[in-house]
Amino acid sequence: MATLALESEDIRKTFGQFTALSGVTLAVQRGEFLTLFGRNGAGKTTFLKIAATLVRATHGKLRIEGIDIREEPERARRHIGFLSHNTYLYRDLSPIENLRFFGRLYGMPDSEERIRKILERVGLERRASEPTRAFSRGLHQRLGLARVMLHEPSVMLLDEPYTGLDANAVEMLNQMLDEAVAQGKTVLLTTHDLEQGLRAATRAAIIERGKIVFAGDAKDTGIREAYRQYVRMGVPR
Amino acid sequence: MRPAAAIVVKDIVIEMRSKESLSSTTMFGVLVLVIFNFAFEPSSLERALIAPGTLWVAISFAAILGLNRSLAMEIDNDCLQGLLLAPLSRGDVYLGKVASNFTFMIIAELVILPVFVIFNNLKFNLQFLEIAAITCLATFAIASVGTILSTISANTRMKEVMLPVLQIPLTVPVVIAAVDATGRVLTGETKEISSWLYLLAGFSIVYLTVSYLVFEFAVEE
Repeated sequence: MATLALESEDIRKTFGQFTALSGVTLAVQRGEFLTLFGRNGAGKTTFLKIAATLVRATHGKLRIEGIDIREEPERARRHIGFLSHNTYLYRDLSPIENLRFFGRLYGMPDSEERIRKILERVGLERRASEPTRAFSRGLHQRLGLARVMLHEPSVMLLDEPYTGLDANAVEMLNQMLDEAVAQGKTVLLTTHDLEQGLRAATRAAIIERGKIVFAGDAKDTGIREAYRQYVRMGVPR
Repeated sequence: MRPAAAIVVKDIVIEMRSKESLSSTTMFGVLVLVIFNFAFEPSSLERALIAPGTLWVAISFAAILGLNRSLAMEIDNDCLQGLLLAPLSRGDVYLGKVASNFTFMIIAELVILPVFVIFNNLKFNLQFLEIAAITCLATFAIASVGTILSTISANTRMKEVMLPVLQIPLTVPVVIAAVDATGRVLTGETKEISSWLYLLAGFSIVYLTVSYLVFEFAVEE
């Protein structure tokens, strides 16, 4: 049996009395593009943070590329690229300094050429030496995407990546996602935007109150129906 | 480059650009010494007894300022999460931040210590080197425990207030040992100084080991 890019079994997470996830079971094939829809507080971000090893699940197992994230988190992290609302970049450093720093953390000794290429890819080569403090939200997100792609992860976890992006930045993000999929990378993306979310997705799922309540082929009309029903009335049947 | 070294270099580059941490901690430490210098007459007999206390009040409170700033750097834009995404153990991240905090505290002390020597009419001789060695040891203990406490306080509402509330009680044994050892160097009664130095070394090892092991839980959301 082929190794799955991401496999979660009954993932649960509670924060004190609050249950954020109440049993998420998900299997994502290598090269698959899965979009996770859900309201605010449905558990999308918590699930992605658990998959990125930033939050520890209260119960359940999760494997990235066959690696149990609880047993070998460091090895799993080499395969993960995680982009959140915050870009995790230092505002007093320039794009090149930020990427150089993350390259060192990922043990990339000859990262200069890779950094140059990736900055060119996200359109920041001319601003490579400027402190990012003055960057707009869109430029920050571009650099955040560069950080995610730097170590060439096989599994990309993108939490609401379209938030605050202008049309050009959305176009660039879409192109990069298309390239990632063409290279056989696995993408797990969360969004509220049905059209953006389904644009390149191969599969889609809806999460509500910490559970996957719908999963299906992104090209089927079923997901659109389910999402519309979910937005109007809550959990789809 | 090892990850811990990468974290230190990154923090130094940010500090060189922002100049926020070192200037404030050094200035604070020097100001404390200036105030104590005016409070106590240079000729008073108690001075040799009071001087070590003034030095360690200056250093320990300046350290809190520096640790708060170091923490703020990692909280801004959730950068700590970026560190935690790297394929390193949480302990490695902790060691990197300890090395960085220790470096900054030592740089601040490179200014504070000579000011202390001048204000107390001491000489830059062996005595100064002995005080510098005690300072290094105690600073390491303060940086070890301060790094994890600043991380814990980051998850609280009143981060800036919480750090001193947590740090001061925990560093009391270190400060007491450092004050006594410094006092013995100043008065020349160095016979029993080794017990205080062992205490400082012991606290450094305990703080570093325990913090290394529990850092994973301190950064947990």
